[in-house]
Amino acid sequence: MAERTIKVEIKRQATPDAAPVVEKFEIPYRPNMNITSVLGEVAMNPVTCEGKPSTPVTYDSNCLEEICGSCAMLINGKAMMACSALVDRLQDGDPNKTITLAPLTKFPVVRDLAVDRSVLFENLKKVKAWVPIDGTYDLGSGPKQSPQIQEQRYPLSNCISCTICMEVCPQFNDATGFVGAASIAQAKLFNLDPGGAVLKEERLRALAGDGGIQECGFAQNCVQACPKGLPLTEAISDMGRDVFVQKVKDMFRQ
Amino acid sequence: MTTPFYGGDFLANQTPVKAMTAMGPAIIDLLDRMGVPFNRTPEGLLDFRRFGGTLYQRTAFAGATTGQQLLYSLDEQVRRFESEGKVTKYEGWEFLSAVLDSHGVARGICAMDLRTMEVKTFPCDAVIVCTGGNGAIFGKSTNSVVCTGSAQSALYQQGAAYANGEFIQVHPTAIPGEDKLRLMSESARGEGGRVWVPKDKNDKRAPQSIPEGDRWYFLEEWYPKYGNLVPRDVATRAIFKVVYENNMGIDGQPMVYLDVSHLPPERQHKLEGILEIYEKFVGDDPRKVPMKIFPGMHYTMGGLWVDFEQQTNIPGVFAAGEADYSIHGANRLGANSLLSCIYGGFIAGPKAMAYAKGLPPMEGDGGHAAELARQKAANQALISNQGAENPFKIWRELGETMTKHATIIRYNAGLDEADAKIVELLDRYKKVNLSDKGQWANTSFAFTRQLWNMLQLGRVIVQGARLRDESRGAHYKPDFPDRNDEKFLKTTKATFVDGAPKFVFEDVDTQYITPRPRRYDATA
Repeated sequence: MAERTIKVEIKRQATPDAAPVVEKFEIPYRPNMNITSVLGEVAMNPVTCEGKPSTPVTYDSNCLEEICGSCAMLINGKAMMACSALVDRLQDGDPNKTITLAPLTKFPVVRDLAVDRSVLFENLKKVKAWVPIDGTYDLGSGPKQSPQIQEQRYPLSNCISCTICMEVCPQFNDATGFVGAASIAQAKLFNLDPGGAVLKEERLRALAGDGGIQECGFAQNCVQACPKGLPLTEAISDMGRDVFVQKVKDMFRQ
Repeated sequence: MTTPFYGGDFLANQTPVKAMTAMGPAIIDLLDRMGVPFNRTPEGLLDFRRFGGTLYQRTAFAGATTGQQLLYSLDEQVRRFESEGKVTKYEGWEFLSAVLDSHGVARGICAMDLRTMEVKTFPCDAVIVCTGGNGAIFGKSTNSVVCTGSAQSALYQQGAAYANGEFIQVHPTAIPGEDKLRLMSESARGEGGRVWVPKDKNDKRAPQSIPEGDRWYFLEEWYPKYGNLVPRDVATRAIFKVVYENNMGIDGQPMVYLDVSHLPPERQHKLEGILEIYEKFVGDDPRKVPMKIFPGMHYTMGGLWVDFEQQTNIPGVFAAGEADYSIHGANRLGANSLLSCIYGGFIAGPKAMAYAKGLPPMEGDGGHAAELARQKAANQALISNQGAENPFKIWRELGETMTKHATIIRYNAGLDEADAKIVELLDRYKKVNLSDKGQWANTSFAFTRQLWNMLQLGRVIVQGARLRDESRGAHYKPDFPDRNDEKFLKTTKATFVDGAPKFVFEDVDTQYITPRPRRYDATA
C-alpha cells in the first residue's frame, strides 16, 4: 500500500498586487500533524503535485500555541489559527479530503498566506488599550482588585490579536470602518481595571462615533470564531450600554 | 535570595542575582499597575503559588498564562508610547549585525526588512539586544520560531563573548508535537499536579481507572521534601531515567503522566489556559484524563557575556533577558525568566543612556558603509549559490544531532560526534540552493541567513559541554556525575577566533553565599 499522504491546495500570491494562483501539494502524512507542520513539509520539498518546482509558502507564525496570534488564515474556508488546526480533525476520518489554505480576506495580502494586520493595532491605539501608568519606577503596589473583577478581566486579557473576529464580522469592512470586536473587548478590559479606568470616558467616546460600537450588527460570528473563547458579544453589549450612558452624559454637559 | 543560587548550582554571579531579587517585588508591583490580571486573594491582594525548586508560595500568577499576560501588558505600554510619538518601532526588520567602528565600538546596527528584503544600517550610540533564547538550534523546542539565537550568534562572530552556552534547560513537562514541543507550565505542578507511571509497565488500563496503589509517583518517592516541585533539571532527569533506564514509559513510549485530574475544580480553574491548550492539541480533557508529557528543550541559561551593567565586551552593545547569560547559572528556576528579562532591561536601559552620553563622536562613517557592503555581499552569495542543499533539511539534521547529544544526558563521544556533524553542515551550507530567490517577503531566505548563525552557535554549545567534565544543574554527564567546583566553578566564555570557538574560564562571584552541595532528595 502506498504511504498515506495529505493533499493540500494553497492560494498563493507573489506580491500584494499579483494575481492569486492555487497550487496543489501532496505531502507525507504523520499522525497529529497541524497546518504549520504541513507548511513545513512543503518548505522541505516545494514541488507541486504536477511536479512543478515551487517555493516555500510565506506565512506568519511564531509561538505555534495560540499566544502570538500571527498564524490566522482560512483553512477549508474557515478563519482559524494554523498552529492549532489539526489535520486529523480537518479531514474528519476521510484521508482523501483535500485541505485548502488561503489568506484572510479582510486584510491586505503581503504574500501567500501572510497578511497585514496593522489595522487592529491602530484600533487598539484609538481605544487607548493600556493603563496610563505614571512611570516605571517603584511606586509601590497597585490598587486592590477584587477576585470578581479579576475573573472578568482575565478572559478578556486572553485576546491574542489574531483578527479572526474581524475577518468573520460582516460589518468589518471599508464602508463601515468598524473597529471590530477585539478592540471593543480590550476597551472593556481596561475600563474594568482600577488604574485603567481613568481613561474610561475617552475610550467610550472613541467608540461612540462612526466606525464605533453602533456598527455592530449582532451577527455573533465573532464569539463563535474566537479561538480563545473571549466573551466578545457580552463585551460589546456591556460597552454599548456604557457608550450610550456616556453619550447622554456628554449631551447634558454641553 | 539563596534559592536562585542553589537552584542554579552556584554558577551565577551573585551580585546581579542579589540585585534582581531585591528588585523583584517592585517589578511585580509595576506589572500589577500595568494591568496584568494577576490572581487575587479574597481581600483583593496579589495571590501567590509555589513553583519548582522552592518551598514557599511566592510566585505571583495570572491563571496559568502569566508569561503571555506580561508580554501583552508590556506590549500595550509600548503601543502607548508609540501613539504618543515617543517610540518608533521597526517591526519586521531582522537584525543582521552590529556596525563597529575602527576601534571596535558599536556605531549602529545592520538590519533587513523582511518584506522588501532591503538591507540598511541604522546609526545609534548604544544597542540593547533582547532577542531571547536559541531553541531553534535544537529543531523542536518549546520556544517560538523566532528564537534562533541568530542575533547573539552574529554578535559572537563579530567579537562578543558568549558565556555558559552549554547550559540548556530541558523542561520536564512538554507536550510532544510534530512541529514543536508545547510547554505544559510548571504551574500545573504548582497547583498540585502529580507525575506518575503505572507500577506495572504492561498495565493496559486507562490511566484514570488505575487505582492509587498501582501508580508509581516517582518524584514524590525520590524527593519527599520537594515532591513534584523539584527543580526542572532534577525532574527532567528523573523522567528520563524512568523512561530509558527503567523502561517504564507509558505503553513503552517516551512519555509519563502529569495528572491534575484529582484537583478540585477551583484549582483546575486556575490552570484553565494550559488545560485548554492540551485539550486542543491532544484531544483529551486533562480535567478528567492524566496528560501525557515528556521533557523538551525550553530555556537558554547561557547567552551573550555581559558585565554587571548588562554591557557585552563590545563597547555600546548591551544585552538583556534570555539573550544574556547573567542570572540563571546552571539551571533557571520557574518564573525567573520573566523577572530576569525585566530586571535586565531596567539595568541596561539607563546604563545604555549613560554610556551614550559619554560617547565621543564617531570618526568618518563609523564603519557603516563597510558593514552594509559585507551584509549585502552575504545576501548576494546566498542567492548566487549553486548546489543541491535544502536549508530546511540542514536545519532538521542540526536539530536532531543537538537534541540527541546536547540535551538531557551528554557523553564526550557524542558531543564530539555532534561537533563534527555541525562542521559538515557548515560545509554543506555553502552549497545551499534556495528554491526561492525572490526579493519580496522571502521567509526562507531570511531563515537561511539565521541558519548559518544557528550552526555557529551550535558549536559553542557542544564544545562548551565537551570541555565541562562535571555535572552541574542542567549539564549532566554520567561519566562525570559530580560537581567539580575546583575546576569548573567557572563561567565558560567562548569567542570566535579563526572561524571556531575558543574558550576561557572566568571565576564566578560567590561573595554572598558559599557554594554547598545541591541536593533535593534529603528529607530534612
